[in-house]
Amino acid sequence: MKKYSVINTPHHNIDGIAKLTGRATFTFDVRLPQMLHGKILRSRLPHAKILNIDTSKAEHLTGVYAVVTGKDTLGIKQGIWRRYKELCDEEILTRSTVRYIGEPVAAVAAVDEDTAEEALDLIEVEYEPLPAVFEPLQAIKEGAPQLHEHAERNINVTRHIEWGEVDEAFARADHIREDWFRCSSQHHVCMETHCAVSSYSPDKKLTVYTSTQSHYYIQVLLAWVLGLREGDVRVISRYTGGGFGSKFELDSAQFCSALLSMKLFRPVKIVLTREEEFQATKRRTPMFYYLRTGIDKEGKFLAKEARVFTEGGAYTSMGATALYLTGFFQAFPYVWPAYRFDGYRVYTNTAPSSAMRGFGAPQATFCAESQIELIAKELGIDSFEIRRKNAMYPGYEVPGQAWIQSCGLSGCLDRIEEWIKSRGQMPPNRGIGIAAYGFMSGGIFNWFDTPYAFSTAVIKINVDGKVHLYVGSQDMGQGSNTTMAMICAEELGVTVEDICVHMGDTDVCPVDVGAWGSRETLMQGNAVKNAAAEAKRQLLEFAAAQLAPNIVYDLDIKNRWAHLIARPERGLSYFDVVKAAVRGKDGQPIMATGHYTPHRKGMISPAYSFGVQAVEADVDPETGKITLVNCVTAHDCGQVINPIGLEGQLEGAMAQAAGYGFTEDLPMDEGKILNPNLSDYKVLRATEMPETRVFEVETYEPEGPFGAKEAGEGLTNPTAGALANAVFHATGVSIRNLPITPAKVLNGLKEKRQQEATGS
Amino acid sequence: MEKRRLSMTVNGQLYEVYVNPKRLLVEVLRDELGLTGTKRGCDTASCGACTVLIDGLGVKSCSVLAVQAQDTAITTVEGLAAGHQLTPLQRSFLDHGAYQCGFCTPGMLISATALLQEKPNPTRQEIQEGIHGNLCRCTGYNSIIRAIAAVAQGKQGQEGQ
Repeated sequence: MKKYSVINTPHHNIDGIAKLTGRATFTFDVRLPQMLHGKILRSRLPHAKILNIDTSKAEHLTGVYAVVTGKDTLGIKQGIWRRYKELCDEEILTRSTVRYIGEPVAAVAAVDEDTAEEALDLIEVEYEPLPAVFEPLQAIKEGAPQLHEHAERNINVTRHIEWGEVDEAFARADHIREDWFRCSSQHHVCMETHCAVSSYSPDKKLTVYTSTQSHYYIQVLLAWVLGLREGDVRVISRYTGGGFGSKFELDSAQFCSALLSMKLFRPVKIVLTREEEFQATKRRTPMFYYLRTGIDKEGKFLAKEARVFTEGGAYTSMGATALYLTGFFQAFPYVWPAYRFDGYRVYTNTAPSSAMRGFGAPQATFCAESQIELIAKELGIDSFEIRRKNAMYPGYEVPGQAWIQSCGLSGCLDRIEEWIKSRGQMPPNRGIGIAAYGFMSGGIFNWFDTPYAFSTAVIKINVDGKVHLYVGSQDMGQGSNTTMAMICAEELGVTVEDICVHMGDTDVCPVDVGAWGSRETLMQGNAVKNAAAEAKRQLLEFAAAQLAPNIVYDLDIKNRWAHLIARPERGLSYFDVVKAAVRGKDGQPIMATGHYTPHRKGMISPAYSFGVQAVEADVDPETGKITLVNCVTAHDCGQVINPIGLEGQLEGAMAQAAGYGFTEDLPMDEGKILNPNLSDYKVLRATEMPETRVFEVETYEPEGPFGAKEAGEGLTNPTAGALANAVFHATGVSIRNLPITPAKVLNGLKEKRQQEATGS
Repeated sequence: MEKRRLSMTVNGQLYEVYVNPKRLLVEVLRDELGLTGTKRGCDTASCGACTVLIDGLGVKSCSVLAVQAQDTAITTVEGLAAGHQLTPLQRSFLDHGAYQCGFCTPGMLISATALLQEKPNPTRQEIQEGIHGNLCRCTGYNSIIRAIAAVAQGKQGQEGQ
């Protein structure tokens, strides 16, 4: 008999038909009666004092209803790290100083978007330009222009992680290697840009439809900056057109539309243009990395020292978390007897950098896996052998940081080695590179200072057996609603069709801190499983009363059949049990709740995914152009919940990660992003996608629901490193500066030829 | 600017509307006709989220003025399924998980429909070229390519949901 009746059976997303027939209503599609349209005026200077804003001409334009500036706000510096006042440094609509190109300075509500746009041109802002600084290694120098009064030398956050005897271990090393790496930025490029429709009513209640990864965070942050009671702010986010880390902080569309609506008592809609999205929303954190690694002659890792300087941009945003996580994952997925990390997040006059899928780990993995490959080559050790020798294993404790329970890394290494062998000899100018990685299944940190459990679920079962499942998690396309329906159906013993998921509404749903850090499957999944177990316990009381078994027998429900576990034929229909239970409870529906907060699981996460990826690529020696040929990954995410959803997450992450490796970049000139549109910013298109394959290496994670752990972000980590290693094997050129553009490849080939010529 | 009368057939229904001649087709479909299934993801005709069929051809509806659609027959995502009956492509997208957030999906389905009308048995490369103009940030495209290939190979029957 199959262990599970729902888990690990492919199921299409439960919102699929709505999305495939054009019925899914995104915030972008929301239209309310009397709705006005808003636009935001943004700074064209990277650093300046605002001396005066004259809005009178704009206010007099026909069709304009209101103009707001920083003076109309409470002037609260907000941030998502609420526990740390200094890290709450962003006003969104600034009162006095702009610190990056694109920072909001005013907002207009008008009868339509064209009129609002016209009004922006009539707002006169008098600036006093201030000296600006754009690079972290410049900004940290003494005498550099300072962005914030409290941050000397522009140091925003520092992080130190250390274990073992680092200096002593280096002294014992047979081989030491030092490298510098530069990790570029990347934009999330959600297909739905940031947008919000805010509606404030005379009873002091604010309703905000918005595209977000956490309706709870937005509710709390809006209440704070607008001076409203938390429960009077309702955030609704039924469908979110992509998130990838860009949509769980308070954004300018949400804040400005709410401010305008509170002034006008009418709904105001703001949709960011694609150009605004690029210039003025957040992005992946660029990093300058120094790595020093010591190993013995057998290839055993002894010590690593890492120093990183990140380009923070103008505000903290989620960058403090990215700094910690890049430090933690720099040591992943290996056993380092000694490790020292020093990270500096530096303010610069650029758009704030923040969270993006992988959250600091893709940068760390690129540097670490590139350097390991270089060391292996120097010492003549096989790429797999060096990784296998140092791989994390089940039960390993990262000193003072984390405890690894399930770990399928060695199985992943075996599987990828086997695949590479099957590829045989590579033709000229083609190479295969590998990278090993891991990621967390939700963060343990609570810098937001929520008093609630990290995840909560509520279940209500109607008399017809329909299960209403209320979740706090946010489905932004990753399929968490389907995952939760499957977990609920399995635990309760019903089918996915019996479940109706309610999501994305703070008035209706319980709290979950949101869809980021790969938390939903494990954290919300555990809450759902606990709620379903409690509902089942209630139902089984009534089933037991009817079946009247010897009390030594246990009961369960499977496939809508409540029965004695030892004698499955003795039972009754789930539907009859529900009917009996509702009658027996004086006519109340069955109600149950479940919650989950990790306790005593280390500093980072309750569980970790692992994997190994191989990228096969052609490099044209004439043009430097890279063509992806194959991308194959062995992945351990514990127990698979939904194979269709898993495949989608893994393939999608890989496509973004490949873009990070060789096509996507945000070049700037004096703080201005030069390619703020989808023709110059190169997201991979269908014609550039190689064939992909995923091998599942299943493990059982004791902390996860049915043994499951993350699958959303981990696969963003290896691709840039694996691609760099593929280019290295194809050409002998090691590129340590992302993205790996044709120009960098050609330059590397030229240098190599020159070295060979002088060497001979 | 004086509004102009525009008549066009959308999803089999004849519409007569008065539109500002500067309005783009995507704006009229969404704002005047309420067909919000068609999306917009950029201002540079780069993303393909607004793709509709005009007289059977896949066209980015942000790249044409509404008045240019005079006397044409347009199909948007809302015009694909008939009641419970999904088209084979919709069914195949569902079964292959060829969508995630769903924002690019309407345009992607329309481009795939146009592709299979023109080339009923496309190669992998022809499928890739057929959806080259449609950006998807979630799936990495391969599930979409598999979904389209399954329909072309007759592996995807037409069936109700």
